[in-house]
Amino acid sequence: MQLTVNAYRPFLTKFQSLIALFILCLGISLLSDKFLTVANFWNVLRQISVNVCISTGMTLVVLTAGIDLSVGSVLALSGAITAGLLRNGIQLPSANLYIGFTLLGATLAGLVTGSGLGWFNGWAITRFKLPPFVATLAMLTIARGLTMLWTEGFPITGLGDSFTFLGTGWFLGIPLPVWLSGIIVAVAVLITNKTRLGRYIYAIGGSESAARLSGVNINKIKIAVYSIAGALAAVGGLLVTSRLDSAQPNAGTSYELDSIAAVVIGGTSLSGGRGSILGTVQGAIIIGVLNNGLVLLNVSPFWQQVVKGFVILLAVIIDKSNSKAE
Amino acid sequence: MLVAENITKRFTGVTALDQVCLEFLAGQVTAVIGENGAGKSTLMKILSGVYPDYEGQIRYNGEPVRFNSIRDAQACGIAIIHQELNLIPYLSITENIFLGREITTRWGTLDQKAMRLKTRELLEKLKLSIDPDTLIVELKVGQQQVVEIAKALLVESEVIIMDEPTSAISESEVAVLFSIINDLRSENKAIVYISHKLDELFTIADRYVVLRDGKSIESGSMQGIDHDTLIRKMVGRDIKSIRRQSADRVHTPLLSVENLCLKHPVRVQENQLKNLSFDVGRGEVVGIFGLMGAGRTELLETLFGLHPKRSSGTVRIDNQQVQFKAPIDAIKSGLALVPEDRKKDGLVLGMDVQTNISLTALENIEQTGLLSQKKEATLAKKYIADLRIKTPSEKQTAKNLSGGNQQKIVLSKWLATSPKLLMLDEPTRGIDVNAKNEIYKLILQLADEGMGIIVVSSELPEILAISDRIIVLCEGSLTAEMAIADASEDSILKAAIPDIKSERAKE
Repeated sequence: MQLTVNAYRPFLTKFQSLIALFILCLGISLLSDKFLTVANFWNVLRQISVNVCISTGMTLVVLTAGIDLSVGSVLALSGAITAGLLRNGIQLPSANLYIGFTLLGATLAGLVTGSGLGWFNGWAITRFKLPPFVATLAMLTIARGLTMLWTEGFPITGLGDSFTFLGTGWFLGIPLPVWLSGIIVAVAVLITNKTRLGRYIYAIGGSESAARLSGVNINKIKIAVYSIAGALAAVGGLLVTSRLDSAQPNAGTSYELDSIAAVVIGGTSLSGGRGSILGTVQGAIIIGVLNNGLVLLNVSPFWQQVVKGFVILLAVIIDKSNSKAE
Repeated sequence: MLVAENITKRFTGVTALDQVCLEFLAGQVTAVIGENGAGKSTLMKILSGVYPDYEGQIRYNGEPVRFNSIRDAQACGIAIIHQELNLIPYLSITENIFLGREITTRWGTLDQKAMRLKTRELLEKLKLSIDPDTLIVELKVGQQQVVEIAKALLVESEVIIMDEPTSAISESEVAVLFSIINDLRSENKAIVYISHKLDELFTIADRYVVLRDGKSIESGSMQGIDHDTLIRKMVGRDIKSIRRQSADRVHTPLLSVENLCLKHPVRVQENQLKNLSFDVGRGEVVGIFGLMGAGRTELLETLFGLHPKRSSGTVRIDNQQVQFKAPIDAIKSGLALVPEDRKKDGLVLGMDVQTNISLTALENIEQTGLLSQKKEATLAKKYIADLRIKTPSEKQTAKNLSGGNQQKIVLSKWLATSPKLLMLDEPTRGIDVNAKNEIYKLILQLADEGMGIIVVSSELPEILAISDRIIVLCEGSLTAEMAIADASEDSILKAAIPDIKSERAKE
């Protein structure tokens, strides 16, 4: 018996997330006939696309042995900036100044906001040697506060059809958010597997000192990674804002937790250097399917949280025993 | 009192201790001496329960014992005081001494009063008049050491092992330590004293045990033996030289260093490197020898641009003055560093062989902005073949290879940058004899091809075997520079061992 388990171990380890996902889908479809429908399929994918965007950035950060707790707040602020500029532009009555923003301009402003906040995270972490946990925790509060200031605590709504198309539209039979997150994932996979930046990210997470001695500019890479994470959180912000046709001041609250969960379930080590974007995508899908299934099965939201927590625990325990077996 | 019989300890591929026999007596201070790598610390780790798996037997008061953990050894009365002290800085003396052995009241709460009383008693005995509530961070290193000793006395240790206890403390603190040791001796404790500073041993030790290459060579009374005899016993082996025949060749200068200084990271007024000046020529192998703390590693790190803010002095490469802000600058100027801790600094252990080899030379395997898997594999395969790296494939994880093969990967990754000057820090530590010889041959071959080479080593035979010229460091200063023809183990060691007498004369 022992022998057979060992013989299948590499296979099991490699596809553990997919196997878990398959079992999960099987279970839910047996319990609910609403699960395996085309409508629900796209529904689930559209719901997870925001988390996929954020978690792609989070994966890069975690691969360097860092963490980004600020993604939820950064998402909110970026979305609010875009929505605010689109709706009201910049008005300075005292100087008799009014600057209107096109859709493109407002969108870019949101993305610049996100990457700027991410850059600040990276700068603080490398310049003052702060633990990423602390620096991004501070940003979590800062960005949330700025969101409240910008929105004055009220949602910004009425953003126009062309903007809401991004979050609700379809292209070639596939929802736009799914296209967007798919493209982001593809680019991230390319970066991690095929570029110097990707290689350096893994090297820094595997051994920062070895990477430094090999001539890698650690600070530059880290700042880049946090900037990317911020930018991708901003993309998430655009998607959320556009889908709801409204920038909520408390949007994205606790999104960082779902994102970290996706990364961890996807097999990326929180100590860095080991993991993959595609693993994270699987993690995000597992969480999405779980959320969807629990709703379809009419499980109370309170129990949903408990179940999700245990799934994360289980995933990490399995991952730990795998790395020990190596 | 404590007897070790035929202790053998093997690490993967290396025999660290080979049939070691020795004996520590109650009421005596026994000095354990030997070069770096002779097996002293491995032996101490076995005696104190850090390494539970070894061959051979330990007897304690006649009874055979086997320690499975440090706690086991402590329970038997064996305490070790490490070179790096194991105290928790933001707890008080009392809290540290009683850590894990707290006295509680019958309510289950901590009995602060009793513990403080006992601590005061212990400190008084050790002549340290200081409040037991003082935090460890507020103490000087020498005082911290006394706290460690107090900790050992609390559990009524009969054997106290001290590993390089004077390496970080001042003269006056040494005097205090010695009077404490004298007291302990008169209380019939067995003291094991490990130190490089031979002069100290003549002051404090009763007996000596010499370890060499993992074997116990000789033991005896400190009386009737002198400094030079002791050094000879530590060294005393035939040197199998693969010394190079071309030693008299004139080398064109490659690296020249003038007045290189490096400030201490914490004690800023102190220098870790003191006005070092030397040259390395093309095709020359310069060996740098020094004991622990002599500044060997710091020297290489400084040259490699790792301490730009703390260093001063002039460095020229090919007669061009250079100033490196980061390793990447040094690499661009043709420098390469094979670091001392290969598992932490040399390799990304979790990555595979080819990824580690290509890490320094990713530009070379890029094709239209993307890394080419094919070029990467070709690069890796070339070095796997050239350096005869034993690995199932270039995709094997570096962690799974032996020390020698890991070191060859580190060498490969630097050769891939085609360096002018290759610096190696302890290149053969923890590597088996065959791989050692292969690495020596490679070093000499690279030198013959015109590369300048610096080898830092704490192993004398290694230095003597491959160097053209030898530089000796002692406490951050360059104390000797000699051509290989004039070098001997005695002369090198003499220059490397800090001389307490001359220091006193300076003061």
